[in-house]
Amino acid sequence: MKYLSEYRDPDLALKLLEEIKRTVTKPWKIMEVCGGQTHALVKNGILNVLPEKITMVHGPGCPVCVTPLHLIDKAIYLAEEKNVVLCSFGDMIRVPGSKKSLLEAKAQGADIRILYSPLEAVNIAKENPDKEVVFFAVGFETTAPANALSVLHADKLGLKNYAILSSHVLVPPAIEAIMSDEETMINGFLAAGHVCTIMGMEEYYPIAEKYKVPIVVTGFEPIDILQGILMVVKQLELGKAKVENQYARVVKEEGNINAKEVISQVFTVQDQLWRGIDIIPKSGLGVNQKFQGFDAEKKFPLTNLRAKENKECIAGLIMKGIKKPVECRHFGKKCKPQNPLGAPMVSSEGACAAYYNFSVIT
Amino acid sequence: MKNKQFNTQCPMPKFDFDIITLGHGSGGLLTNKLLDSGVFTILSNDELDKRHDGAILKIDGDIAFSTDSFVITPIFFPGGDIGELAVNGTVNDVAMCGAIPKYISLSFIVEEGLLMEEFWNILVSIKNACDKAGVLVVTGDTKVVDKGKGDKIFINTTGIGEVHPKAAIATKNINVGDKIIVSNQIATHGIAILSVREGLKFETTVESDTTNLNYSILKLLDKFGTDIHLFRDPTRGGLSSTLNEIARDTRTGIVLQERKIPVAVQVKAACEILGLDPLYTANEGVFIAIVAADIADEVVKTLSMLDNCKHATIIGEVVAEHPSKVVITNTMGGNRVVSMQVGEQLPRIC
Repeated sequence: MKYLSEYRDPDLALKLLEEIKRTVTKPWKIMEVCGGQTHALVKNGILNVLPEKITMVHGPGCPVCVTPLHLIDKAIYLAEEKNVVLCSFGDMIRVPGSKKSLLEAKAQGADIRILYSPLEAVNIAKENPDKEVVFFAVGFETTAPANALSVLHADKLGLKNYAILSSHVLVPPAIEAIMSDEETMINGFLAAGHVCTIMGMEEYYPIAEKYKVPIVVTGFEPIDILQGILMVVKQLELGKAKVENQYARVVKEEGNINAKEVISQVFTVQDQLWRGIDIIPKSGLGVNQKFQGFDAEKKFPLTNLRAKENKECIAGLIMKGIKKPVECRHFGKKCKPQNPLGAPMVSSEGACAAYYNFSVIT
Repeated sequence: MKNKQFNTQCPMPKFDFDIITLGHGSGGLLTNKLLDSGVFTILSNDELDKRHDGAILKIDGDIAFSTDSFVITPIFFPGGDIGELAVNGTVNDVAMCGAIPKYISLSFIVEEGLLMEEFWNILVSIKNACDKAGVLVVTGDTKVVDKGKGDKIFINTTGIGEVHPKAAIATKNINVGDKIIVSNQIATHGIAILSVREGLKFETTVESDTTNLNYSILKLLDKFGTDIHLFRDPTRGGLSSTLNEIARDTRTGIVLQERKIPVAVQVKAACEILGLDPLYTANEGVFIAIVAADIADEVVKTLSMLDNCKHATIIGEVVAEHPSKVVITNTMGGNRVVSMQVGEQLPRIC
């Protein structure tokens, strides 16, 4: 397939791998920020073939995994108790809430619909004027434009029965939080290509400068990942800390200006709770004052939901890169995709799911 | 993609009703009207025409017996409809036992409000699919449920067939070293259904590959007999789930070569866009054959001359290592386990 098979070329992969091996002299810890990259690393067996000196640390870039538990509970509550048509991306559906997942709530009769696009949710609202429709707007900067657009679209149509339950997180503050943590041993980053497609690269220069850490914006195919790793290692070996763009076929320096404009029309930056991690200052997007009529948090205020985390799940440690999924004593035993203790086991970008589904045979 | 010549022209007779209502399932006059002018007219054969509660049949030798229910949305999709699917599905399940399908039963659960025209079109499809596969509908049932208690129409079919005298199809006959053959390109049906269900449009329409596989199976059994160790059709759950079941049941390992697995380029592209894995996507007109290594090339050659098996390929083999596990060697040369799918494949965030 054109523009895809080239980036899965085994001969080129071997060449890149050889060059990585020739270049590396010291041990380095590199974090791939995005869960999509984690999956590419595991699915393609790259983790097994990298030289021992390179340790890949899996980052927090799984939007489903960091969505706060109380919001999942709230989504379920809205669907079950408030007669809301709750629309969501598929990834979110199996994530366990305090008592149940959206999938279980759906099976028990709640009107929960799995969609590919938030604009479909706006159509549902339009076609069902007697029902409240809420879209569970989860994601990094990547999905923010489409979710914002759904609000603008609903506003234009004059819909009063559409709202989004927003849990949007931002990558650069998360990288800052990781680097400012004294326990962090990360030497370099593969930044998430899709996020930078929207936002561009400018947010990353101050971080690379401040923490003296190389950041390479990287794609998601095996060749992208290997080339990204090579670019980080080259910088590290030379003592450099620059922002570079491996994913130049997609990512522009300035990002997607129209998409950024749409985001800024609807959202405002706010402090955000990352499930399993902590509140990270200015790391999330909430619906702004102008569009508060479309904010499910405001439309359906609810304060008495008591979310209770499962103490057996070490998702936070995994997302901060402190533990690997296989180091969890419940991995593959008590915790499996069909019976998950936490979100990383069921999200398509979760590190635990990557290790479980694509476990490696050597 | 499939044999389109088979198209019985069957104009709908005049009914004094446009939609099916609860009364059509009551067993009374309305039911008889529906059956007389519909089901019995179009599916007429000696056994069905007796209109008894059940059928009395003659079968030689061992009997293969299988049942399946069809609940697909939408009921009409590119490349087929629920009626054709209901016949092919059961015909293929019987054929996978190494048998020649002969008779099927046909039960409808209709949601009231179904257009008579749609019901008629489904009946025509059923008739065409039966003729093509050489099976007769010999008994059946029609029930109508309240609006909202079904999804337009559900169909159950049960089929019986004569086991081929040369067939020895059983997981216990699988040996280390056997080759795994897939009869055609995978994942086509799943993508065809998903693209209409989700309203996704591609440059070319992906059509379901639903087809009857009984003649392909018959040909292989006539020619290779007991050297064929297993047939399976990897429908729901896709190739990965079926192969995992085989690995589990035989306690052997299975190794697949990713670059050998045939997937149509537009299906592959759709999978990439939708974040789906062809290995987990549903098939209809595809079967897996596990055969003795020394006949594998011949089997592929025989299959590739048949219309509905043009892309038959050896995709892997049975090994002694990693018992009960399916492992795939990817295009990069790395190995990974292919696990069984947990539930539905779900659309991803990004």
